[in-house]
Amino acid sequence: MKIVVCVKQTPDTAATVTVEDGKVSWGDAPLVINPWDEYAVEEALRIKEQDGGSVVAISLGPEDAREALKHALAMGADEAVLISDPAFAGLDSLGVSSVLAAGVGKVADVDLVFFGRASVDSDTGITGSQVARRLGWPALTLVSKVDSLDESGGTITVERMLEEGRQQVSSSMPAVVSVVKEINEPRYPSFMGIRKASRAEIPVWTAADLGLGQPPEPALAWPEIFAPAKVETQCEFIEGDTPEEIAGKLADRLLEEKVI
Amino acid sequence: MTEDIYVYIDHFKGEALPASWEAVGAARQLASELGGKVIAVVLGESVSELAGTAIAHGADEVRIVEDPLLAEFRPEPYADALKPVAAESELLIFPTSGRTRELAAMVGVDLETGVAPDVIALEVDGGQVVATRPIYAGKLLSKIVSKGKKPFILTLRSRAFPKPEADASRSGDIVSVEAEIAAPKSEVKGYSEAEAGVSLTDAAVVVSGGRGVSNNPKLTPPADISDEKEIEIWKARQGFEEVEELAKVLGGAVGASRAAVDANYIPYSHQVGQTGKVVSPDLYIACGISGAIQHLAGMRTSKTIVAINKDADAPIFKLARFGVVGDMHEIVPALTEALRERLKG
Ligand SMILES: Cc1cc2nc3c(=O)[nH]c(=O)nc-3n(C[C@H](O)[C@H](O)[C@H](O)COP(=O)(O)OP(=O)(O)OC[C@H]3O[C@@H](n4cnc5c(N)ncnc54)[C@H](O)[C@@H]3O)c2cc1C
Ligand SMILES: Nc1ncnc2c1ncn2[C@@H]1O[C@H](COP(=O)(O)O)[C@@H](O)[C@H]1O
Repeated sequence: MKIVVCVKQTPDTAATVTVEDGKVSWGDAPLVINPWDEYAVEEALRIKEQDGGSVVAISLGPEDAREALKHALAMGADEAVLISDPAFAGLDSLGVSSVLAAGVGKVADVDLVFFGRASVDSDTGITGSQVARRLGWPALTLVSKVDSLDESGGTITVERMLEEGRQQVSSSMPAVVSVVKEINEPRYPSFMGIRKASRAEIPVWTAADLGLGQPPEPALAWPEIFAPAKVETQCEFIEGDTPEEIAGKLADRLLEEKVI
Repeated sequence: MTEDIYVYIDHFKGEALPASWEAVGAARQLASELGGKVIAVVLGESVSELAGTAIAHGADEVRIVEDPLLAEFRPEPYADALKPVAAESELLIFPTSGRTRELAAMVGVDLETGVAPDVIALEVDGGQVVATRPIYAGKLLSKIVSKGKKPFILTLRSRAFPKPEADASRSGDIVSVEAEIAAPKSEVKGYSEAEAGVSLTDAAVVVSGGRGVSNNPKLTPPADISDEKEIEIWKARQGFEEVEELAKVLGGAVGASRAAVDANYIPYSHQVGQTGKVVSPDLYIACGISGAIQHLAGMRTSKTIVAINKDADAPIFKLARFGVVGDMHEIVPALTEALRERLKG
């Protein structure tokens, strides 16, 4: 089984994010592996541990975007590749998906590609489906469980979490899978894993390595990024001598303000 | 090419998402500024009834693709079916759901055009549609425009746009469209555990419980449970029953913090926040929830927030319109009673 995991480097979710001169800044908050992608790495590792094979983590980003890949290596991924080229700066997901699809192609003989549900910076959650479409492979998104995997028969059956309930889907492989948090509990990198990752050589693939000319130009523009207007909520504290008195007052206020 | 606005009607087994009609309403509003018609797009095996409902909600015309391959939603055959209609459009609007996120993404690739998911506001500026969407879990907002590739694809977040009233007297053309649909490589095998009750993302009221659900000192666990973790979970389940009762009185849905989900108090499908669901109800009641930034990411756009927490310094009070400093195990049942009395009849 050959598995690729796509990981992205994103600012820590606890960071204070602001706009300075029209550019997004997260101060000195650390850049980490996109939290959703840890679940993707974990699931890939579990499949490998059960069925054998190898796990390759790939990330598209600037030259110094190695933290997410190191984390994947420290968790136990066999290889990591950084995809980086000045031609790839400023892509939107249309471009990112074409580059990642080419990356999966270069890894070659891949059975499964794992994605996180969404990246916590852009919050789009569409890259997995777009890569699947480019590869012509079925997309299994929002997966909460891999029910069964038959390598020789080339099929995978998963449980997906929809608004309407849980859905079982079976699919041919190769396939693209994006995971939700319920799927597993990601392991912490071991001390040995961290040592191995810190020494690992992470190769860089450029546009030329991928045989890509210019990826699709961004189709979208972002004329303005801004902080939401601060809603000055003054909390009205409801007090009273007994829970019943407090509850009664609160209920009355909710009705008065036509909240309900 | 026309100036018409196309709206995809998302449905689950023939039942339209409320957000589908919100999207039709938003398209109507844009059409009133830009001119052009609102054209609903309905895909499925046998969905002509939905076409009529789309017209009642404000569509001028409907494009319909009916095919046995569309009986169950899978994104690939749906993208194939949508392609010919999407290719005619300049602006293609979806409601946001798990399905449409995949579908919009794939149509974006097929037509090599841009996709902006989770849009919360739309405006027209100099004849151009400008969408606003949250990024960084709502810490920032971004305006988005198309650089000219067609169509500009948007998915609108549930409850961000008003739902139009249906008017059964409206009429319009329903046009069948032929599409070439490839046999899908994946297949829906079935469903388990259909979610009972009100859908979190569509609910007008959400009552959520956090770690605080588990510490009701008045509860005595059954004698056959001795393990401490099991006792904690047992207590927490009772705590969530209080939360559920309150939600029921208000016709709302039950949410939870990640701490409650991680501790196995309640399934993940209830989690609200950055790594859970994003909700935007008229009323959000947080019970025993501290208000961590990742939780706020999933509920900060709620119209009115009520917080019940025994710590007066809990950050959730900074966002709340009404607050009670107290034990949720006393306040929540009392509030349920108080509301039941006032709302009856
Ligand atoms: C990458 C990442 C993603 C995350 N995603 C999410 C997410 O999607 N959703 C989410 O919710 N969190 C998320 N978190 C976790 C988040 O940081 C908090 O840990 C979590 O929200 C805390 O849950 P809580 O408020 O229930 O628990 P706590 O922070 O422990 O707060 C419990 C609160 O309950 C109060 N309390 C206790 N007992 C009572 C009582 N009897 N009556 C009244 N009040 C009481 C306490 O005063 C306290 O304020 C994420 C964290 C990370 C790092
Ligand atoms: N630059 C990138 N490099 C590698 N993987 C990515 C990149 N951007 C997005 N992904 C993957 O796509 C998923 C969804 O991202 P998004 O569509 O940006 O929300 C992420 O969880 C990652 O698995």
